Amino acid sequence: MVEKHEYEVLVVGGGPGGSCAARAAASAGLKTLMIEKRQEIGTPVRCGEGIATAWLNQIGLKPGKEWIANEVDGARIFAPNEQYVTLDAAQAGNETGFVVERDMFDKFLAREAIRAGSDVWVKTNALSLIFEGGVPVGVNARKLNKDMEIRAPIIIAADGFESRVGLWAGIKTQLKPSDIEACLQYRLVGVDCDVRYNDFYIGENAAPGGYLWVFPKGPGEANVGIGVSLKKSPGIATAKTYLDAWIKRHPGYAKGKSIEDVAGAVSVSQPLKRTTANGVMLVGDAARLVDPLTGGGVANACISGQYAGEVAKSAWEAHDFSEKFLQLYERRWRAELEEQLMRNFMAKETLLKMSDETINKVVDALQGVTFTKVTTLEILKAVQAKYPEVVQEFEEMLAG
Amino acid sequence: MRQVDRDTCMHCSACVGTCPFDAITLFDMHIVFNERCVDCGMCDRVCPVGAISPIPGTERMRPKLKVPA
Repeated sequence: MVEKHEYEVLVVGGGPGGSCAARAAASAGLKTLMIEKRQEIGTPVRCGEGIATAWLNQIGLKPGKEWIANEVDGARIFAPNEQYVTLDAAQAGNETGFVVERDMFDKFLAREAIRAGSDVWVKTNALSLIFEGGVPVGVNARKLNKDMEIRAPIIIAADGFESRVGLWAGIKTQLKPSDIEACLQYRLVGVDCDVRYNDFYIGENAAPGGYLWVFPKGPGEANVGIGVSLKKSPGIATAKTYLDAWIKRHPGYAKGKSIEDVAGAVSVSQPLKRTTANGVMLVGDAARLVDPLTGGGVANACISGQYAGEVAKSAWEAHDFSEKFLQLYERRWRAELEEQLMRNFMAKETLLKMSDETINKVVDALQGVTFTKVTTLEILKAVQAKYPEVVQEFEEMLAG
Repeated sequence: MRQVDRDTCMHCSACVGTCPFDAITLFDMHIVFNERCVDCGMCDRVCPVGAISPIPGTERMRPKLKVPA
């Protein structure tokens, strides 16, 4: 016997994007359900846990003590030779801010959704879309040991990197190897870390085609993790191999013990060409809205989730769930997020092509330079002054 | 065909999202491959801990398809 349920909005996935979508839809008075395949919202954590802070206000969220582990002053970027440049929060475009407890943060957002009136079911797996007349009208799901049909004219796909709902709806969500980073992180206790900074190590030796991060959770404790480009990982377990090797080379971290291992993958692509279908909107990582330079996805997931929830309300008012109507959502996120995503995608592509020697020179050229805000142009100017030949190399790269 | 070392697997779904053919599903703590798998090997490469590998002797059972660009 297949159980049947009806909602006005169904959100698939209980991460930050899903919760923000469910919160917005339920706040607008829509009968909303969010389903999560795991038995617990927020675990296992699949993230470095560094988030920016500027956007929280934008969608009406207040920082909560229970999910902030540490507030950092800025970021340090380490070249392959480990000379580094320090960026304070303002210079880094407020891209730094909190190191969070992601499990607590995700639960906080889910509570917000529930307070707004949304239903939430955990341990509920979406198995396929239900189509009627070629249009998705719900999902076949399994909750514990029960098969069910959950019908809703609007389905918000917040199913993360896995993004299967989009694929079922006919949206091309596949990624190229150069747009995928394989990630691994240890939460190390008993390390020497500077709680004031999130540290980023780049270069072929640290993390081919990605970066290695040290995000301090508090005194003596840090998330030490790595993202490596799939394009530069022809072998097996590249992420683990490089992370372990780096930790071994750094005695201040090698003495740490892990209390949590975190694995995952993240997209560092351009956003999808199409993030809506009839009755379906893709948000957050599922729409490939992760910042391609930093790999950070939480802020854009929450912002796009909020927009999708709001557009769901408009669609119900118009009683129009067609792709054409839902493109209102697509136009909104593009207006807000696309320019930055494209700029950082280009920056990532450039960084992928830079040799270790070049990165060393760039970081060296930035020593003692003070900027108000770090932009590509400002960096190029500083490099031009000390290593004009490197700037020429950039120009050739950008031209070719 | 692929095999998952269940002692090493961290159930992170990196392979699920990377698979170009929607051939992998995460059921709770189990990674399951379906008949759409063409042995392209993208999952081996993305797995952060190296838990996925070809089952020896089965690699050429299906025609090798090009990974969509």
